[in-house]
Amino acid sequence: METLIAILIGILFAGGVYCLLQRSLVRLVIGIMLIGQGANLLTFAASGLTRKHTAIIKSGETILQAPHADPLPQALVLTAIVIGFGFTAFCLALLHRTYKTLGHDDLEKFNTTDTDK
Amino acid sequence: MFLLLSVALIFMAAFATPAIARFIPHKQRFLFALVPATSFALICSKASDIAQGLAISEDYTWIPAFDINLNFRLDGLSFLMALLITGIGALILTYASGYLKGYEANTRFYTIIQIFMAAMLGLVLSDNLIAMFIFWELTTVSSFLLVGFNHENPDARKKALQALIVTAGGGLAMFAGILLLGNVAGTYQVSELITHAEMIKNHKLYEAIVILICLGAFTKSAQFPFHFWLPNAMAAPTPVSAYLHSATMVKAGVFLLARLTPVLGGTSFWLHLLVYVGGFTMILAASLGLIYRDLKKILAYSTLSVLGIITLLIGMGTEFSFKAAIMMLFAHALYKATLFMVAGSIDHETGTRDITRLRGLRKVMPWTFAAAGLAALSQAGFPPFTGFLAKEYFYGSALDHNMKILLISSAFISSMFLFVLAFKIGFHPFLGRENKKIHAHEAPPTMLIGPVTLGLLSLLFGLFPGPIAKYILSPALASFNTTFHPVKLKLWHGVNTALILSLITLTCGFGLYKLRKKIRQNATGVDDKLNIQFDQSFANGLESFIKFAKWSTKLIQSGSLRSYMIITISAFAGLLLYILLYVGGMPEFYKFSHVKPITLAFLVALAIVTIVACTTLSRMTALLSLGVIGFGITLIYMMYGAPDLAFTQILVETLTVVMFMVVIHKLPRFKDFSTRRKKAFDAIFASIVGMTVTFLVIKAQNLSSKNPVSQIYAETSYLEAHGRNVVNVILVDFRAFDTFGEIVVLSIAGLGVSLLMRNNKKEDTE
Repeated sequence: METLIAILIGILFAGGVYCLLQRSLVRLVIGIMLIGQGANLLTFAASGLTRKHTAIIKSGETILQAPHADPLPQALVLTAIVIGFGFTAFCLALLHRTYKTLGHDDLEKFNTTDTDK
Repeated sequence: MFLLLSVALIFMAAFATPAIARFIPHKQRFLFALVPATSFALICSKASDIAQGLAISEDYTWIPAFDINLNFRLDGLSFLMALLITGIGALILTYASGYLKGYEANTRFYTIIQIFMAAMLGLVLSDNLIAMFIFWELTTVSSFLLVGFNHENPDARKKALQALIVTAGGGLAMFAGILLLGNVAGTYQVSELITHAEMIKNHKLYEAIVILICLGAFTKSAQFPFHFWLPNAMAAPTPVSAYLHSATMVKAGVFLLARLTPVLGGTSFWLHLLVYVGGFTMILAASLGLIYRDLKKILAYSTLSVLGIITLLIGMGTEFSFKAAIMMLFAHALYKATLFMVAGSIDHETGTRDITRLRGLRKVMPWTFAAAGLAALSQAGFPPFTGFLAKEYFYGSALDHNMKILLISSAFISSMFLFVLAFKIGFHPFLGRENKKIHAHEAPPTMLIGPVTLGLLSLLFGLFPGPIAKYILSPALASFNTTFHPVKLKLWHGVNTALILSLITLTCGFGLYKLRKKIRQNATGVDDKLNIQFDQSFANGLESFIKFAKWSTKLIQSGSLRSYMIITISAFAGLLLYILLYVGGMPEFYKFSHVKPITLAFLVALAIVTIVACTTLSRMTALLSLGVIGFGITLIYMMYGAPDLAFTQILVETLTVVMFMVVIHKLPRFKDFSTRRKKAFDAIFASIVGMTVTFLVIKAQNLSSKNPVSQIYAETSYLEAHGRNVVNVILVDFRAFDTFGEIVVLSIAGLGVSLLMRNNKKEDTE
């Protein structure tokens, strides 16, 4: 099962990289989002997966009893999801603005710093 | 303390100069000479210790972890150099106050030349080679600024750059040599290196060390084939040339050779390298000097020649030749600084440096003439001047050596040519009939003190060589030999071969001087060919280097995001693969068991949706696919015991989809810009990266750490932070500052989004 998750992560990364290499700016943003999802899942899965056990201390106990999910990667991924959201929002706004200003989204035409009007 | 003080004093004065200078009128700027004069006095106060063969050390730790310390050490050799640097420095600053009276930017001059002076003093006093190298480079940089002092003149800039590139390039080679030496011997202290000398000389890296260090010394002291920068550096104002290019900076190279003689010298490799390079330079430069008409060019070539002689003498490696090298260095500093100042005075008062136009100045410039005459007689080697003593030792050591024939003949040729060069500067402009077209007058007193003092010293130290033997020659010789014994210096040795050779030299030199005009006329053009060739090949080299830089920049900085991505991602994936294949070992695939068909179907569906999201040409399909992926991953979080992640992910995904919906109708349609071939490449490339990441994840899962970091959170979450949800406790308690940072990032992103969107609205309404 974990191997399958690993393959899914690989596919997310592959899809993300493929999109990054395209000339369309919209594709670039999609690529960033895919890699973001893949990276979150990677962090989550890298420490091993425990099914059906959370990282919550049951009432009546004072410490987290094994088996339990590893809380640290979860905390990291939680932060990453939120940051990733902020980043995606910013990228979308930037994409929107760039297209408004330049009228195209062909990355190969972004070589000069000046906008020719 | 006083060695540090003598260096720091000049540094402090240099940095204070811009502030102080505005209170000192131009006429009183000779007061700056008090700074080096103070250092001179400080160093002189140790003369009696030096004369007994003692060395004074001061150690200040600087970066002890790297064995880099400020170890100042005043021994015979550095005593001589320090006296020349501070003593001549004081006279030069006095001279400059007259010479630069009209210059607007002369505050800048005083600042830089004092920085140079302090760096030079630090260089000769440093016992630690790394510290010495830092001072060395400081002299390079400050001399660049001084040579290019007239920076409005493109020619001066070009020549300053040339000097900088040659000497800084050599400096870097030398740095590599120093590092090698330090690695081999385990120390950067010269005084400690000496004790490891035998081991260093037998080490297999010995030749490499010598070549690298000599590259530094030869470029700094302008030895062939790096000689061309020195005549070009005559673009500097004359006080700069008089200081840097006679007594100080160009001597740094030979000083280094002398300093390292007890460490590296004494082998036949060292002997031949130094003797041939020095010998060739001394003859080539002296003969090239014959064909010039420009006073400063002539001086530059005769300086080159003497630097060649000193290199040769150090290379010869006998006690006799070391004595000769010390005397030559000392005598040359005295007479060459004088002659440079004289050339500057002539230039200043007549407006030309062309010796064919300069005649009969003796009446209008009697004092300058006196100084020039004394210095010229010293350079020519007339008894009883110091130059004569130096030449006697030169001949004596050549006669004493087993390469006798070669050495004697080359010594004879170069001494004869140096005679002619000396007379061309010291006598030619002053004798003969006056040139009526030139209206000259005597230089002001500030410009006379320096040359007259040094000219007289050339004579006095020749007449009374006792103090020189006691304070200069014997202690400096100890720096070569590592053992101290007092030596005597006499003017009159009786009639011997060296004396006879000297007399022949004087006679032949005088004869040659009479023929100077003919030589120059016949040889016109020779120099152009020679020198232009060096200049040209330097310029070509520089140009092709710049071309290469442009080409490589274009290659790397192509301006195409795609190639940047490919480079960056290949580096990432390549390193990862390398580690997996060769260091960590490939993971094993073994956890395929217990897969329910429904989970399998779910994961396959996610994979297909991902591929759809990447390839679809419909914006709506892409949006929906991204949504499906996001929610699918939420499910995975749910399955593996991460309810918090699942909640957050659902919220975030929903918001993202909504945001995407808002902008999607304003976004361009997907266009396929790429060709089929490019897309195929991208797909293969992406698959390889994806596979690498998969391997990484599996590998990470296979590894298990015995003491996971999270254990401490699991145990203390409830007891110390009173929270049952460990993930939440980590976020808001254990790592609360990280969360705070996250909030800041999010607010900044929100701010950016709102600005980007708002501006847009305004434009829409306009």
